[in-house]
Amino acid sequence: MNPQFDQLWVYLQANPLGWLTATLIAYWIGAKAQRAAGGRPYVNPVAIAVLLLVALLAATGTPYQAYFEGAQFVHFLLGPATVALAIPLYENWPAVKRSLIPMIAALLAGTVTAVVSAVGIAWALGASAESLVSIAPKSVTTPVAMGIAEKLGGIPSLTAVLVILTGITGAIIATPLLNALGLKDWRARGFAVGVAAHGLGTARAFQVNDLAGTFAGIGMALNALATAILVRAAKCGAARSVIGRSLSLRVQSSFHRSPWAPPP
Amino acid sequence: MIEAGILLLLCQLAGESLVRAVDLPVPGPVLGAVFMLGFLAIRRGVPDTLGRTSHDLLANFSLLFVPAGAGIILHAARLEAEAVALITALIGSTALTIAVAALVFVGVDRLMGGTAAEDSGA
Repeated sequence: MNPQFDQLWVYLQANPLGWLTATLIAYWIGAKAQRAAGGRPYVNPVAIAVLLLVALLAATGTPYQAYFEGAQFVHFLLGPATVALAIPLYENWPAVKRSLIPMIAALLAGTVTAVVSAVGIAWALGASAESLVSIAPKSVTTPVAMGIAEKLGGIPSLTAVLVILTGITGAIIATPLLNALGLKDWRARGFAVGVAAHGLGTARAFQVNDLAGTFAGIGMALNALATAILVRAAKCGAARSVIGRSLSLRVQSSFHRSPWAPPP
Repeated sequence: MIEAGILLLLCQLAGESLVRAVDLPVPGPVLGAVFMLGFLAIRRGVPDTLGRTSHDLLANFSLLFVPAGAGIILHAARLEAEAVALITALIGSTALTIAVAALVFVGVDRLMGGTAAEDSGA
């Protein structure tokens, strides 16, 4: 290799510019591919971008940490984008207000189904204990899921990957699955995808229908909240560990306590 | 665009700060969205620049998950060793959760006598 190319390579490795550009190009290729496929959900831009980047990192022997130095600028925007969910929420407020009770019911059913079925299936198929803990919060948005995994003794960075894979799965299967179930209500469709597949499900819902996207954003936020409260309640309950008191009682009582109250 | 950026970041900053100060079980940006909702309710409308910026952000929401997704490279060995269990659990549980949440939503909505938001006659 000639020394000039070496110098260029050193510059690109040490500078965020290269990997930031690579991230955008990889996603652009993914988005183009989805458009070329007529917007079909199984041609998923995130999956394509991740595959391209992983291949590039492996081919160049770049450690993930070095890649993230550059890509963190994209990652950072997750925060402001989450705040931006308030805008469609405000614009669709009348529909949201009318749907309060169905939302709460679907949230409780969805949150419990997500955790129990993920852990149950993985356990039945012989996954390791660390993986079981790491997969439990898979439907929750990345930063919250990582915090939960850490508190429970899982591997936060493995959880992050499982969360993203869940999001991609949800974005791919939601449309055919909900069509097969004959569900046409955009509120229910969006909300369910947000609860099950967080931000990536929400992104997909916004692609399909604005009202569905709004409800997906609410589902995502409420599921993060509900799971975080459940985990905290389980922890407090375990600490007190009143003998003979069933887990269901503990979970139930935690709902009577205001989620905004400081932990006991 | 600058105003929109300031508003979004201020709300997030307020959310993150409060979550840490009071140790709330909510992610900071989610609380930031609640603050933004309050701001819009008081102002009774969405400023044009904020509407455009947030539309652009949300239109490219899935791009923002790519950096974390590339972290799959860190766990390639484990994912390979436990591939069947983890992939079956991910797909099965995600499908089940979507189906259960959507069916419960529609069921409870019907019980309450709600009107479904469907495409009208198209």
